[in-house]
Amino acid sequence: MESAKYVSQKVSKTRWRPVSYSSLQQPDIFATGSWDNEDNKISIWSIGNHHGSPGLEDGFEGDPQLICDFKHDGDVLDLQFLDQEKIVTASSTGAVTIFRHHQNSQTISVSQRWARAHRYPCDNAPCTGVVCSSPEIVSVGEDGRIIVFRADQEGVTRVIENADSSTIHAVTYLRTTEILTVNSIGQLKLWDLRQQSSSPSQILSLSGDRVPLYCVDRHPNQQHIVATGGQDGMLCIWDVRQGNVPSSLMEAHSAEMWEVHFHPTNPDHLFTCSEDGSLLHWETSSHADMPSFLQGGRTSSMASWGAVTPAGGNQSLISAWLSRDSGKSRLETTHMLPSQTLSVNSLDVLGQCLVCGTDGEAIFVNRQVPV
Amino acid sequence: MEEVDVEPAVTNIPGIRHGKHMGFAWGPGDILVYETLHRASGATGSGCSFIYMVRKDEDIYSPILRKLFNESHHIFVGLQTIKEDLPSKSKKPQFVSISRNYRSVIRACMEELQQVAVSTKEAEMSTQYGNQVSILLAIELIWNLCEVLFIDAAPAGSLLLHLLDWVRLHKADVDEKAKLVLQSDSPAEHRDYWDVVVSYVLQGRLEEARQMLVKQATLRPAARNMFKLMDSLLQKMPFYNPGGTQTLTEFDVKWRNWHEEVDRCLKDNSFASNHHLELICKILLGDEDTLLERKELLSSWYHFLVTRLLYCHPTVKPTELHFYAQSCMTMFLDLSVPEPLDNILLAAFEFDIHQVIKDCSIALNNWWFVAHLTDLLDHCKLLQSHNLHFGSNLREFLLLEYAAGLFTHHSLWQCAVDYFDHCPEFGRVYLELQIERVPLDTERKALKVLRICEERQMSEQVRSICKIMAMRALRNNRLGSALSWSIRAKDAAFATLISERFLQDYCAKGTFSDLDLIDNLGPAMLLSDRLTFLGKYREFHKLYGEKRFREAAKLLLSLMTAKIAPRSFWMTLLTDALPLLEQKEVIFSADQTYELMYCLEELTSSLDAAAPGPDRPMQEEDIEVTKVELLRLALARNLASAIVKEGTVET
Repeated sequence: MESAKYVSQKVSKTRWRPVSYSSLQQPDIFATGSWDNEDNKISIWSIGNHHGSPGLEDGFEGDPQLICDFKHDGDVLDLQFLDQEKIVTASSTGAVTIFRHHQNSQTISVSQRWARAHRYPCDNAPCTGVVCSSPEIVSVGEDGRIIVFRADQEGVTRVIENADSSTIHAVTYLRTTEILTVNSIGQLKLWDLRQQSSSPSQILSLSGDRVPLYCVDRHPNQQHIVATGGQDGMLCIWDVRQGNVPSSLMEAHSAEMWEVHFHPTNPDHLFTCSEDGSLLHWETSSHADMPSFLQGGRTSSMASWGAVTPAGGNQSLISAWLSRDSGKSRLETTHMLPSQTLSVNSLDVLGQCLVCGTDGEAIFVNRQVPV
Repeated sequence: MEEVDVEPAVTNIPGIRHGKHMGFAWGPGDILVYETLHRASGATGSGCSFIYMVRKDEDIYSPILRKLFNESHHIFVGLQTIKEDLPSKSKKPQFVSISRNYRSVIRACMEELQQVAVSTKEAEMSTQYGNQVSILLAIELIWNLCEVLFIDAAPAGSLLLHLLDWVRLHKADVDEKAKLVLQSDSPAEHRDYWDVVVSYVLQGRLEEARQMLVKQATLRPAARNMFKLMDSLLQKMPFYNPGGTQTLTEFDVKWRNWHEEVDRCLKDNSFASNHHLELICKILLGDEDTLLERKELLSSWYHFLVTRLLYCHPTVKPTELHFYAQSCMTMFLDLSVPEPLDNILLAAFEFDIHQVIKDCSIALNNWWFVAHLTDLLDHCKLLQSHNLHFGSNLREFLLLEYAAGLFTHHSLWQCAVDYFDHCPEFGRVYLELQIERVPLDTERKALKVLRICEERQMSEQVRSICKIMAMRALRNNRLGSALSWSIRAKDAAFATLISERFLQDYCAKGTFSDLDLIDNLGPAMLLSDRLTFLGKYREFHKLYGEKRFREAAKLLLSLMTAKIAPRSFWMTLLTDALPLLEQKEVIFSADQTYELMYCLEELTSSLDAAAPGPDRPMQEEDIEVTKVELLRLALARNLASAIVKEGTVET
């Protein structure tokens, strides 16, 4: 990890600008959102170009440089790139906003805003999460509502009132028409947006426990595999096809897990960050033939999974995240940050690059994630 | 009461008219001030409707200084984790390195401020940044000296070398001047050439001085021998090498020989024909008058002190420093009044740590510096228990002041928590009082505050925060959220209140809201009786919906007999029993029916006892009476079928 860049604002979200998969490019631009400031901001940063001078050896090309920033009403509770130049944010004021980054002039402007999208009858309700699949945008909030927008339309496409009796903390797409939400009583809810009903098509939960869940991410290739994290800092892997209990539970952090991300192109790798100030890199490998001495290396801790052989199915197609044969799958975790005391609120990983932001008002960039 | 050290500064509040009375209220980081009408009675005339916020510490609002606060927070936490039981020998290098880390953070901050000060176009802002730079410069200067004298505590010999480094670091304008001179076409004829050479000599940078002199020597072949002599004097000057084998006494002998040689050269007028070289020679002898003639190159009395020590007393002991410092300051400042910075440095040379800290506290407008420095010195075991008339000890007092200031900041409050943690006596009380007052705009923030409280077992604050969140949810009619918060706080009374609201809603609408929550209460259900009832009652509806009538009936009855259901709800429960009684199949056994009847009688008798008041509308009573009649009938019929059925089975 490269050294901290102090940015004079507590960072609530960090996201890489997407790169086209055809060009084997590494990302070089990321956006951050701040929270708890008198004036909050979204900012665009550059980590320098990768095509240029090969002079510097170890991939270190200096601090991230601020390109431009723009005032944001309320805390930035979530931030996603809609495309190369549009950014969608979720605000503590309940607003969902699309910002446009003009790359020629390096300025930012508001392209569309749904003020008070999330609200109570006589107060604002924070919008806690957004997810987008251009042009569709889905937002969730403390008011327990799910709202569907389209970036090219002014109105709201659909509202699911009372989707949840408690706060919905995060949302992700499962398939193009299905979304998954997590709430503060430890439930995962699947919603089929084609259905007009206002109840979920499936509810998954850890029976008995009511541990709030704060983040969710879906396996990029195997859409039935989902990872969640919550108040107890445990990492949960779920197979939404099989039953309504998690496939595996792993101790990860000693406090709230704020974000979990599968690596988008190398999903054997997963990353989590937490209120306890740590950032973990998880790597699973399912190479049965690999001699044990080749495994390990950077291992700081080792965990193996329950010993139940999956029932039938093509072995090779079963993800390492779900295969529970302890002899065949191993999991390594590595701490990616030096000792930290304040929360790591957000992380994003793309290609070999990882960026994360903390309540210590620092951002860290790693350009050589071993994936 | 003790005398004040300095007269407190007067701050005029621009909005308050002259001669008016003022009222005020203390805040944690600022004071609220307002104009009052001071008249015993019949106050007339217009008052002023403004409240003014007066703040001492503006620095925490500077975006650049925020980096200083955040980075130093990290260093501070690292320092607190250094093990107490390590031998002091292995701790000292750690303390020195931590001190350097602090200083490098100050330097980084200073450089950034410098850049902004230059690039900003507004004159006012530029001055403000400039002021902050000079404050940081002073802070770094003092810190560095404290590091040399107190933390590193260099012995005689090395002490001077450290002091030289200190002066060189803070008098770096020589290098810039030298650069300009060297870049010019003919350096040796540059206007500042001799200034640079002399400055080098004053700082003991003899190697660089020699290189500069070579340029002059080549221009003057006639004076070749003179330059050669000076060069050899400069080259031969001995410097103590702390890592070497030479003892301090051996060094002292060597140095004295060199000194005598320089003295001889001066006395036999070797440099008489070149006044520049003669001047350098006099400096090498540490001649006070010559040095004082070069005041503008020295620029400060402490530079003068270090130069004088270098050329007169290179083996100065720490204990002797104060004597030289005092005399150098008096000589250098002549009759002008010393600035606060001068006094602080002098106190440091006198090894009066408490005076340094006290003077810094008065002179500087923020607590950052004194708090961190005092903490570090305390870790080095340099602060003897110095009794304050207030608080616990100096370290804790200053840390608390600093952290309390941070806590008033809307964003930096999170950093302050770690500082409170490391104040053993009052830290927790401070934290308890402050944490409850953090405004909670979102659940995310509430969760972070809760985590801080839960990690420290501050159950009182946990309850209060959860209650705030529960009340807010309730106000927004989010019963599910409200219940979740009261479960997290284990707040039975509030859970009861919310359960009542759920039951009322059910009675009004006939359906339950927030089923996802109520169906998944789990063990949390046991928090309060009413919540248990809510959960169980919902379970009854679920069983009924699944047509598991027998189990449903049993549960319904037990809700009344086990006194889980509140009496006010019994009629609803009995009414719920009606459709079960009317089923073709016998569901309630004879015994169960008796129990139901008993429940009904107990209810009606208590209702009768309450005596229907005259104001109770007749209609409502009629409905009640009809309901009871219907129930009695249904119960009787069910009893009959049950007896018949049970009798049949037996035979």
